[in-house]
Amino acid sequence: MPERIVTVNVYAKILAVLLILTATTCAVSYIDMGRMNLVVMVLIACAKASLVALIFMHLRYSRHLMSIVAVGALFWLGILVALTLGDYLTRGWQ
Amino acid sequence: MGAVTTKTEEVQENYLNAEYGWKSWLFTTDHKRIGLLYLVSITLFFFLGGLFALLIRLDLLTPPGDMMSSEAYNKMFSMHGIIMVFFFLIPSIPAVLGNFVIPMMIGARDVAFPRLNLLSWYLFNIGGLCMLYAVVNGGVDTGWTFYPPYSSNFSNTNVAMAVTAIFIAGFSSIVTGLNFIITIHTMRAPGMTWFRLPLFIWSLYATSLIQVLGTPILAISLALVAAERLLHLGVFDPAYGGDPVLFQHIFWFYSHPAVYIMVLPSMGVVSELIPTFARKIIYGYKVVAAASVAIAIFSFLVWGHHMFVSGQSIFIGMVFSLLSYAVAIPSAVKVFNWTATLYKSSVSFQTPMLYAFGFIGLFTIGGLTGLFVAALGVNIHVTDTYFIIAHFHYIMVGGAVMGYLGGIHYWWPKISGRMYPEIWGKLAALTIFVGFNLTFFPQFILGYLGMPRRYHAYPPEFEMLNVLSTAGASILGVGYILPLIYLAWSMRYGEKAGPNPWFATGLEWRTPSPPPKKNFLETPVVTWEAYDISGQPDLVERLHNEDRIYKSALQAEERKREELGVETPAEGA
Ligand code: HEM
Ligand SMILES: [Cu+2]
Repeated sequence: MPERIVTVNVYAKILAVLLILTATTCAVSYIDMGRMNLVVMVLIACAKASLVALIFMHLRYSRHLMSIVAVGALFWLGILVALTLGDYLTRGWQ
Repeated sequence: MGAVTTKTEEVQENYLNAEYGWKSWLFTTDHKRIGLLYLVSITLFFFLGGLFALLIRLDLLTPPGDMMSSEAYNKMFSMHGIIMVFFFLIPSIPAVLGNFVIPMMIGARDVAFPRLNLLSWYLFNIGGLCMLYAVVNGGVDTGWTFYPPYSSNFSNTNVAMAVTAIFIAGFSSIVTGLNFIITIHTMRAPGMTWFRLPLFIWSLYATSLIQVLGTPILAISLALVAAERLLHLGVFDPAYGGDPVLFQHIFWFYSHPAVYIMVLPSMGVVSELIPTFARKIIYGYKVVAAASVAIAIFSFLVWGHHMFVSGQSIFIGMVFSLLSYAVAIPSAVKVFNWTATLYKSSVSFQTPMLYAFGFIGLFTIGGLTGLFVAALGVNIHVTDTYFIIAHFHYIMVGGAVMGYLGGIHYWWPKISGRMYPEIWGKLAALTIFVGFNLTFFPQFILGYLGMPRRYHAYPPEFEMLNVLSTAGASILGVGYILPLIYLAWSMRYGEKAGPNPWFATGLEWRTPSPPPKKNFLETPVVTWEAYDISGQPDLVERLHNEDRIYKSALQAEERKREELGVETPAEGA
């Protein structure tokens, strides 16, 4: 399968975005938003991970099978989180 | 077959004699040689792990356990477990037999990424060396499960090093799994459709899925333990705001599926052995294939059955108990299908088949006691007793190791080009079966009576059963050393095997033994269904002419027809 060529320019832009997001994370940690701090940081982290997977790891330019694999892996992580929370959220004694 | 047949007395070029010298082995990318490299590595670890087992059993020969201190005993069972699980059982069938036969079975010339394959062997050995360093540097005492706080604030042994060792070896497991998945997807010979694949391939495919999806989680859990120890991050230690039960969740998310990494490949071997030695197509091919994949998926949903007494909620305990009962179904389906295949078949009791029978019986006992311990109430009585030890040894030793040895004997003619001595083979199989049961059956009773696991001493009323168990272990030890000796002997003195000594149907048997460097003289084309002897006319002819059992079965069938006055069915019916 011929690989779509991604220009260095695109990589550079994505790198810049990633660095800005990292700076944002740092900045957010200085603002006290209570529980929302965590939410914002996780959202930023997810955005960064998506960029890396889609662009740097070429998921955007690959066959659908690759996306299925990636989503499947996330789903598997979801199983871990869901059943573990199934424990923590139903503990009568806590 | 091939257009150019070399003279028979000439030694044919094969993967063993194509190149010589240590470099030709250490830098090889040939999947067959890499399989043998793995064989050497894991055999060393098997006997090292076995040595620790021997010391454990010796200590338990007497009630006061006067051989070792409890600290030394903790280290013995920990190192035994870690080495057997991570450095022997997990790589055993996939990395040795899988590497050797998968490409040949699907009609390929190598795996998809041969150099990655070699890398996996190096990673395994680097991990292995780290482990050996941890062993000689004073050992580990956490148990193979590394639960905090044993592995965190209460441990002053080589936890970080042992964890690093498993972390590295884990990557070799991931790489092997990935390689197999891609090989099976992309490198099948013309005509080798998904439903013509041997069942060994299906079960290794399922195993590889678990390796790829599960092992990273193990790596994460171990990395977190190391990070907590070294950097005092609060993950599992309540003193830093962590939660020790969280470790158990993450650890068992990998480690329950890991028990299927160990047993699924053995099921695959058995699915090869039964049709071959019963001279019959497997009963319910698609069901057996689907059961492998179902096991791989369901195995990720039951981990909490290891945590019934950990303090997890009653609700999730019930969910995990229920799901555990569900995961037993596909395993049971396989057992029924193997048994149904045997019905009215012509069985020949050669060594690999003895191991297959051993597997079925012992795995069934292991699996059924799994249902005992998956019941919430019973579990509270037997958890952390010798009942658990017996349960998982029936599956991991009675099941997985039996399948591994069966597979080694079955493919030995292909690997070495020589037959092993059949009488010795049978003797060893029998010794192992007797020794195994004598070692582990008493442990069911001990556990039921309440003897806890992981203690170096016990009350005198348990002495009798413990002595039996230790006696069994020494028989088992002899049984494991025998194959080492006669297989080595046979490499030189064994009878020449020929391409297909078992009249088996797989593609790996349609090439010389040992196979040429590139597996096949010409690319095979598959026109028959899996295990269907009638699809290969040359094989049918050989069976008619050479195989006593097949002939007598045919004759018996004819006689019966005559007695009943049934007309011989038309050709091909
Ligand atoms: C098929 C292969 C299987 C293997 C290789 C296997 C292996 C193991 C191992 C190694 C342990 C002990 C872990 C430890 O605490 O150190 C264990 C415990 C357990 N197994 Fe299995 N098992 C298998 C099948 C099953 C099945 C089919 C069930 C139930 C449906 C089951 C239920 C359990 C339960 C509930 C425990 C925990 C008992 C306790 O610690 O209280 N297992 N198994
Ligand atoms: Cu389990």
